[in-house]
Amino acid sequence: MGLRNYGRLLELEALPTVIGNTVIWVAVVVAVTIIISLPLAQLLNESFPGRRLVRWALIVPWAASLIMTSKLFVWIYDYYFGLLNRAMTAAGLAPVDWLGDDRTVMGAMIAVGVFVSLPFTTYVLLAGLQTIPGEVYEAARVDGARGWRAYRWVTLPLLRPALLVAAVLNLIYVFNSFPIVWTLNDRNPGFAHDTMITFMYKIAFKSALRDVGLAAALGVVNVLLILVAVVAYLRVARPREEPV
Amino acid sequence: MLLAPYAVMLLTALKPEAELRITPPRLLPVEWRPLNFWTVLRDPEFQSWLTVSLVVALVSTLLVLVAAVPAAYHTARHRFPGRGAFLFLVLVTQMFAPTALVVGLYREFFELGLINTYTALIAVNAAFNLAFAIWILRAFFASIPREIEEAAAVDGCGPAGALFRIILPVALPGIVTAGIFAFIAAWNEYIIALTLMTDTSMRPLTVGITSYVTAYVQHWDLLFAASTIAIVPVVVLFALIEPYLVGGLTAGSVK
Repeated sequence: MGLRNYGRLLELEALPTVIGNTVIWVAVVVAVTIIISLPLAQLLNESFPGRRLVRWALIVPWAASLIMTSKLFVWIYDYYFGLLNRAMTAAGLAPVDWLGDDRTVMGAMIAVGVFVSLPFTTYVLLAGLQTIPGEVYEAARVDGARGWRAYRWVTLPLLRPALLVAAVLNLIYVFNSFPIVWTLNDRNPGFAHDTMITFMYKIAFKSALRDVGLAAALGVVNVLLILVAVVAYLRVARPREEPV
Repeated sequence: MLLAPYAVMLLTALKPEAELRITPPRLLPVEWRPLNFWTVLRDPEFQSWLTVSLVVALVSTLLVLVAAVPAAYHTARHRFPGRGAFLFLVLVTQMFAPTALVVGLYREFFELGLINTYTALIAVNAAFNLAFAIWILRAFFASIPREIEEAAAVDGCGPAGALFRIILPVALPGIVTAGIFAFIAAWNEYIIALTLMTDTSMRPLTVGITSYVTAYVQHWDLLFAASTIAIVPVVVLFALIEPYLVGGLTAGSVK
């Protein structure tokens, strides 16, 4: 009976959509998070008045429970009473049913995904920046590299290991992320906006199927996908053995 | 920018219920209602969710530290066959969120008759947070110079004495960091609790508070008051270990 469940996975009509959603969800959240985190980490690496406060503000979305943050965004996205549509109408735009409209729900979920992934990513990149010795920049300045050129040709290459760590760890966290999609996509029937993880959960516990065996098969597929990512991660960023 | 959503959370928690349904919505309450927090704190259901969250987070953190301190100390100080494989395994288990394994865990605990028990939730949280705690602690132990122990040995201090009287006090920031990480992870855990704790009275805060807003009742004010109460302590704990975040998270992989 064990293998039969894997065969039945392929018969699930929603599977292609769910795989597509998962690819978009993971790729866009990870990419946008890193693009925003790079300047943020650079900012936190400088000393300026109030840096402590910025760092504390940054850890709030990290420390807060994901389910509570997700509920908060359901409220902010609310069609009638949410502040986002209040801002839209104030700007002269038509209000949008962010979580009910097929065209906006994935974007709305991705925005929350990026929001909660920023702190961790920024801290990993900050750790990378702090390992770059100041002399490197002095040498670059002597060679005439400043500003953007110094960043592009000195900082970014030296930040490579940290970037890879941030990318792969985020890949795993975002793939496995459950509460955001679960909560923001709550109102919509079917599997049109589900990722592999919420799809698996619905098959096991919520949908008409209620098929734990089938969900377990999908769970194994998920674990294998993550394992591929982990192996890739370890190849790139193998921990260095300290002398004992 | 990062705090704006949480400001909305706090301000909504301070509104009377009737004000949630005005259009256009206002950012600030017309009438400030801090009493919402009191309503939540007096709610017997909230009290039971809080109790479950505290018991699960505290006991699982304690278990994690009791197991992780010796394991991390041993791997930081000794070479043994399979040490590399052991650390590899620690890292791999760190990657597997409970989410990926939730269906299997549900089946296992169902067979064992442990649905709706503290044992199940504490065991899962401790197991998943153990690997990361060992990883963080190992970096702290490895950074303590061996000479300190050798000096202690010269002064007549045995290995156990050295561990308890010298190493542990020096590694205290690491132990606190690992403990706070394990506590916050357990405190915020959602999917396993949602799946294993089907009985209303056994739900932790993360699962319990969602019953303030359902298809039938819409107490957003109470939901956000309860969320604020749940979030503030962990933000304070996180702020305490903020200086160690950069090193602890990426120990051995970035440097």
